[in-house]
Amino acid sequence: MNLPLKPNETNATAHHLYSDAYDWTNQCVKCGYCLPACPTYESMGVESASPRGRINLVKMAAEGKIDFQKDLAEPIDLCLGCRACETACPVGVPYGHILEAAKEAIENSPSSNQKNKMNKIKKLALVHLFPYPKRMNRIGRAVQFYQKTGFSKLIRSSNVLQKVSPALAHLEQALPAIESSSKRIRTGTIMPAKGETKLKVAFFTGCIMDSMMSRINRLTIELLTLAGCEVILPENQNCCGALHSHQGETEQAKALAKRNIQAFMQSDADVIVNNAGGCGASLLEYGHLLADDHEWAGAARAFSEKSKDISQILHQLGPLPFTEEWQGIVSYQDSCHLRNVQKVQMEPRLLLQSIPGISYVEMEGFDRCCASGGIYNLLHFDESMKILDGKMKNLKETKATTIVTVNPGCQMQMSIGIQREGAANEMKSMHLVEILAKACGLD
Amino acid sequence: MEKEALDDLRQIIPDDRMFLDLAERYCYSYDASFGEYLPEIVIQPKNAEEISEVIKLANTHKIPVYPRGSGTSLSGGPLPVKGGMVIDMTLLRDKLIIDRENMLAIVSPGVITANIHKKAEEAGLFYPPDPSSSNVATIGGNLLENSSGPKGLKYGTTKEYVIGLEVVTPTGEIIRTGGKTVKNVTGYDLTRLIVGSEGTLGIVTEAIIRLIPKPQSKQTFVAHFNHLIDSGHAITSILSSGILPSALELMDNACIRAVESYRPSGLPLQAEAILIIEIDGHPLAIEEEINKCADICKAEGASYVKIAETEEERQTIWSARKSVSPAITQMGPTKISEDATVPRSQIPAMMDRLNNIREKYELNLVVFGHAGDGNLHPNIITDKRNITEMKKVELAVSEIFEAAIELGGTLSGEHGIGTLKSPYMEMELGITGVNMMKKIKEAWDPNNILNPGKIFPDKGQTRVVLVT
Ligand SMILES: Cc1cc2nc3c(=O)[nH]c(=O)nc-3n(C[C@H](O)[C@H](O)[C@H](O)COP(=O)(O)OP(=O)(O)OC[C@H]3O[C@@H](n4cnc5c(N)ncnc54)[C@H](O)[C@@H]3O)c2cc1C
Ligand code: SF4
Ligand code: SF4
Repeated sequence: MNLPLKPNETNATAHHLYSDAYDWTNQCVKCGYCLPACPTYESMGVESASPRGRINLVKMAAEGKIDFQKDLAEPIDLCLGCRACETACPVGVPYGHILEAAKEAIENSPSSNQKNKMNKIKKLALVHLFPYPKRMNRIGRAVQFYQKTGFSKLIRSSNVLQKVSPALAHLEQALPAIESSSKRIRTGTIMPAKGETKLKVAFFTGCIMDSMMSRINRLTIELLTLAGCEVILPENQNCCGALHSHQGETEQAKALAKRNIQAFMQSDADVIVNNAGGCGASLLEYGHLLADDHEWAGAARAFSEKSKDISQILHQLGPLPFTEEWQGIVSYQDSCHLRNVQKVQMEPRLLLQSIPGISYVEMEGFDRCCASGGIYNLLHFDESMKILDGKMKNLKETKATTIVTVNPGCQMQMSIGIQREGAANEMKSMHLVEILAKACGLD
Repeated sequence: MEKEALDDLRQIIPDDRMFLDLAERYCYSYDASFGEYLPEIVIQPKNAEEISEVIKLANTHKIPVYPRGSGTSLSGGPLPVKGGMVIDMTLLRDKLIIDRENMLAIVSPGVITANIHKKAEEAGLFYPPDPSSSNVATIGGNLLENSSGPKGLKYGTTKEYVIGLEVVTPTGEIIRTGGKTVKNVTGYDLTRLIVGSEGTLGIVTEAIIRLIPKPQSKQTFVAHFNHLIDSGHAITSILSSGILPSALELMDNACIRAVESYRPSGLPLQAEAILIIEIDGHPLAIEEEINKCADICKAEGASYVKIAETEEERQTIWSARKSVSPAITQMGPTKISEDATVPRSQIPAMMDRLNNIREKYELNLVVFGHAGDGNLHPNIITDKRNITEMKKVELAVSEIFEAAIELGGTLSGEHGIGTLKSPYMEMELGITGVNMMKKIKEAWDPNNILNPGKIFPDKGQTRVVLVT
């Protein structure tokens, strides 16, 4: 039997991983209880696409037995990061932390010159786009222009995107209609509660949400005020850094986290609210992300403790003043990061069920990732679609006409699923906030 | 692997189901025991014909072959200890037919056992063997390890339910054993020989398993004992009173403490033992039986007895038992899980011996298990990086087996022999007994192709070696 060895002293990356994540990987007793929870294991059917396999590979890399680029990169890259494995694990192996440590190690490993084209696009977006709200907004406006002018129809009918990249073509069609920027509620604004002020909340706008889905943000704020919140939109907030941590850009994620902590701590809100499962999970983990940073650790922990999902707040302050009945069957697709990391499962369901006239049906496999996974559907289109198609089958069995999510990525992914089924006339995907707002007579 | 063998293999298995890269090979280098051996190649066949061809090729080129289910074996069963080829059976999962009329299920080996439980129940039937790994483990793995769980006491182990098999032999022929009839006395019972053979006598490619009617209802109760010896007496009194519980589980004090510190739920820290007893059958009968069991426990000195009134209370009782595994893994990263089994009258004596072993070697040793059938799980929690402690563990493990066998028991109640217990085979079976088994293996597998290095010890090996 091979005993774990300390990695070769000359291999700095392995050494780093060894001190960072090795103990976590050793907590895994290889029982395999996580296998049935893992969507990529189910769709790919090989152990390297399972949590147990990935954890072992990280361990092997830390021991210097396998190469970061040649052996570890792909299995790690194919992980959705949905963290369903964590909730299934009887021992509590912190898979999310192992995954991030591995990504960072791969990113920094000396042989990382083999990176492919996709990596360049990825980097471009991560380093030069998401962190800059102004740039994101410019894109938002460009897309709106594109949608409004009929240019999008031209592009669609020419099928050119399909030829360039099926992934982009799908995404293009799944993009929600972007609201005019004049309606966008700007940061720095304070919105008073309608009626008595029950709670002071600070709203986290998010980067993609703010630029592409500003309508959902606006409706979120309106719902919050309707429920009795004074809503503050702190200035100088920016991207949560989730995509950066997920892609191994930990340093950048830390810098973004610090900027957000600073921006929010200046407001004296009781709660920090967000409306995107993925962002929320990342805000909740600032405490962990900055745990070793003496200057910031305390503030980061305080920030994380205050961070809540919109569904938690609306449920806490409810019932909402509904004015309209809802017709038809509605089903809910859990956002992995909301369910598995933030552990919020009941609140969105209870809120949906509280809408007058609604008929709520649970779908088989509601807790399984839709394979949007940040930008997984762009990077691994085929793998993602395989998982999505399985999900659509379950969704169709519920006979639902509306599928509700609490994360922009999931919502777009479900739209893609609906298109792939050719069901755009019978079914639509909505953000929880949209359906609640509609039932409250907001638009 | 030789190029020639590889070229031949490519004729049988398409490239996308054949793995030579280091990452994938490492992913099939382990199971839930803690050995680690790197195979040269991993393949994922889809049917018996492919497997048959592969095995023939392995015989030609003398390549060791290791069948593998979900890799949850606790005894090292699927580990490729001599390199060679791992055959991952998990893609053979197409067939799960419930034949209600004949009360049978016909299944592919890669089907997950819990799916059989589910499908059978939907048809009003019941497949009793219920290892706690049933959500993960394959039925093939269950068959070959002859698995069981808490229900073993009343319903027996996997072998009681297997009546027919399709098997690829170690020389590559495809044979059928048994059939669809519950009664079958034609010739040698090869079905039973293969079940529990740990992948050394054949690769199972289909199984016919017997189902029984689903019990109408069940009731559960829990009893706390301040003295371990009293719980032992309670077990024997219950079983000799003519009641056959569907489960009779025991947790010792170390277990209770571990669970309580992992997930506090008000377990009695001073108690030396907790018994959980479940009875199934006709509602009127179980009502009477469960009360009688509770009375017996009280009479034998239980300090507390509680019959679950609602499903929620029932779940609460079981959740303590289910927390044992996760709770004890909090105590250290390496868990050596044994399943020495004794005749149930010897349970108090065995518990005594285990206590002595714990004290003698100063190890973190906890005991729980299926006390009703004498199947105890002494678990030693340690850290394999602590070499001095691992040496003590080796000695302790040997003593656990010696104790079990001296008390008239056996090395394994359900986890199999694999690599971890092979050195002790002679202790239980004697040299002639082991030789008889070896002769069977040699006759079936003249080239020693299938799962070599398991069950039978290497020459001169008398004790498990955990660290070198
Ligand atoms: C947390 C945990 C709890 C457990 N609880 C129990 C329990 O309560 N009761 C119990 O009995 N066991 C238990 N086990 C042990 C283990 O789950 C069982 O032994 C199980 O049957 C193994 O199934 P598998 O599919 O994982 O097979 P593997 O571990 O992959 O293989 C087991 C053996 O079967 C052979 N094999 C697998 N498939 C085939 C095939 N189709 N043809 C020929 N040979 C094959 C392998 O070579 C190996 O020898 C537990 C394990 C864990 C990790
Ligand atoms: S469930 Fe946890 S301990 Fe078991 S294999 Fe998965 S990660 Fe490891
Ligand atoms: S995070 Fe999701 S995809 Fe990745 S290993 Fe865990 S369960 Fe599988």
